[in-house]
Amino acid sequence: MSTVVAAIDQGTTSSRCMLFDRQGRTRSLAQREHQQTFPHPGWVQHDADEIWRHVRRLVPEALDQARVGVRDVAALGIANQRETTVVWDRTTGRSLGPAITWQDTRTADIVAELVARGEDERIVDITGLPPHTYFAGPRLRWLLDHRPGLRDRAESGEVLFGTMESWLIWNLTGGVDGGVHVTDVTNASRTMLMDLTTFTWSDTMLDLLDVPRAVLPTIRPSGEVYGTCVGDLEGVPIAGAIGDQQAALFGQTCFTPGDAKCTYGTGAFLLVNAGTERPRPERTVLPTVAFALGDDAPVYAVEGSIAMTGSLVQWLRDSLEIIETAPQVETLARSVDDNGGCYIVPAFSGLFAPRWDPDARGTIVGLTSYIRKGHIARAALEATAWQTWEVVEAIRHDVGLDLQALRVDGGMTSNHLLMQHVADVLDVPVERPLVSETVCLGAAYLAGLTVGYWADLSTLAHHRHRAAVWRPSMDPAVRAHESAQWNRAVEHALGWVSHAT
Amino acid sequence: MTRSIQSVERATAILRLLAGAAGPLRLSEVAGTLGLAKPTAFGIIRTLRDAGFVHQDHVTSDYSLGDGVRHLHRAGIDPHDLRSLAMNWADALASRTRLEVLIAVPQRDGARIVHHVFRPDDSDQDLRVDEVLPFHATALGKVVLAFAAGIASPSPELDGYTRRTLTRRAAFDVEMTRVRERGWADEHGEFTPGVGAVSVPLRGFGGLGVGAVAVSGPLERVFHSVGAPRDEVVAATVETAAAISRSLGVRG
Repeated sequence: MSTVVAAIDQGTTSSRCMLFDRQGRTRSLAQREHQQTFPHPGWVQHDADEIWRHVRRLVPEALDQARVGVRDVAALGIANQRETTVVWDRTTGRSLGPAITWQDTRTADIVAELVARGEDERIVDITGLPPHTYFAGPRLRWLLDHRPGLRDRAESGEVLFGTMESWLIWNLTGGVDGGVHVTDVTNASRTMLMDLTTFTWSDTMLDLLDVPRAVLPTIRPSGEVYGTCVGDLEGVPIAGAIGDQQAALFGQTCFTPGDAKCTYGTGAFLLVNAGTERPRPERTVLPTVAFALGDDAPVYAVEGSIAMTGSLVQWLRDSLEIIETAPQVETLARSVDDNGGCYIVPAFSGLFAPRWDPDARGTIVGLTSYIRKGHIARAALEATAWQTWEVVEAIRHDVGLDLQALRVDGGMTSNHLLMQHVADVLDVPVERPLVSETVCLGAAYLAGLTVGYWADLSTLAHHRHRAAVWRPSMDPAVRAHESAQWNRAVEHALGWVSHAT
Repeated sequence: MTRSIQSVERATAILRLLAGAAGPLRLSEVAGTLGLAKPTAFGIIRTLRDAGFVHQDHVTSDYSLGDGVRHLHRAGIDPHDLRSLAMNWADALASRTRLEVLIAVPQRDGARIVHHVFRPDDSDQDLRVDEVLPFHATALGKVVLAFAAGIASPSPELDGYTRRTLTRRAAFDVEMTRVRERGWADEHGEFTPGVGAVSVPLRGFGGLGVGAVAVSGPLERVFHSVGAPRDEVVAATVETAAAISRSLGVRG
């Protein structure tokens, strides 16, 4: 009888492996950091070969820690940093140059050209995604244009493309010796190459970006046995793969339309389960695939990303030096009773969802002699709450989904003042789960469901325990006033950059 | 006569030097001024930095006097730093014991709750953060009183909360001796009828008590039917306290 499910979270700065038992409790965790390189402004790269070397060692490390053997592993699930692009040689098994990560903006010209050609309406219609440097497809195009000989070799079928889960699954299942070349549908939905209605590669998009079909992996559900591991993990089925934000949504057991989670890190990602009908929001929040289990109809999500949340606190610590450590922002914010009329809009590099203004810049408004650093700290925390509110309002307005609660994870959930403020401005309870590693948990849940280690979704929902709940307690009149003030503050930040030469 | 300890002398010299300097100093300046080898000066200055008495600029790496010197009277740790460091351990403790987890820091009139993890049984629970628990009637209060710095004795009035509360001074003094001897405290329905708890001190830099962690829940899940708390509950709480203390800078 298998005793654990293993999950790999291949993230931006590190890869980790966690083991979970039948009750969804953590058994062990192993982690390794990898290098990021920044060869030019706006370029952010990883070494895919290094990441694979780390991952193949992590699972045995986690098994040793938990004192279980490979035979005790019922299944392996993979969650990964999304949109990071790698191409490799199918005969040598080596990556062909560095992986281009999701933060990398080198495809700005490719994206601008698509927009200039008037293609953006068509692209949104097919993929759900407005052209942006975020997505993997334009990166593949950039590689085909810039790596000498790559296009010829790609067209003759010698080169494979994938996001990180494709790369890992191919290697785990044997690489040059029979490796399986697949991508899961949530990752495929972030390439800007996939038709969001049919879940297949779009010929129109392949033409627009001039990508040869021969390099593409097969699009598969997020919960399915893709293949069986060889080597150290001989015999373990790989039974789940999913993008990291979708993994967190699944790990938070957001299985019903309207269930929502927000991960608060340096930035924040809010995803809401949107059911099996394709949502068509205005260009405020992104429609994406939440998960697909075997032959079941895929479930959609809408996603709003916020560029700056925890990183604003880091700025208070490192640049303004008004706090010693990030958690002390709460101590400072509690030294005053309210924001004193001060608002911070942290548009340091533009605003993401739902405003999408790259020309917005950070502003602090409402300064008077009364304002002390405590008010600044409070305004910084409130900015995270109001940005969450904007995303939730856009989802309510565009997609018609009303949140009953918000499930939260990430480092900033240790900040009670912030969590209470999020509950207050959203006017719904905010819930923190007992297992905070929701990304790994989501990948494990998918893999365990697929092989029958867990019976069904309701079994998983039963494992979920709340570690904390913050209930809304703000006077509606105060909420109305503060939201109006926040909107006025944002008006000051929009379009600040002057393009005059 | 006992000889004075050289590294303590040197540490005080470094503090005086930084206090009198016009601006932040480089490590080589500190070592050169005091005639110390650079590795020696580095070892001492890094220890002082970890204790909060020296500040190191994160850009220049230069050293100046830290806030810890000005705030010597303010013993302990920022409660939000404590919560952030302790959160994962507290979650794991709740998961392991299936009990509620509380972390508290000392304040003048009791133990103030700074972190709370719900009992993982899906019952309706409210966050108890900022609640102040009486010293004499709770496990957290007893531990904070016994081990944390800068706490005056509780008022001679020992209020009764349940029929089990220790309201007689002599009985309470015996209890405190017992807590100090075994290094942890329990609570057997003394604050809320039917609720039991076990609490262990959290130690910061140099072993100073900065707070306490406790598990709490229905009496029968914390205690054996006859008297003592369950061994596995005590062991899990002691191990968690040690792990949190290590992350606070306690060696060992």
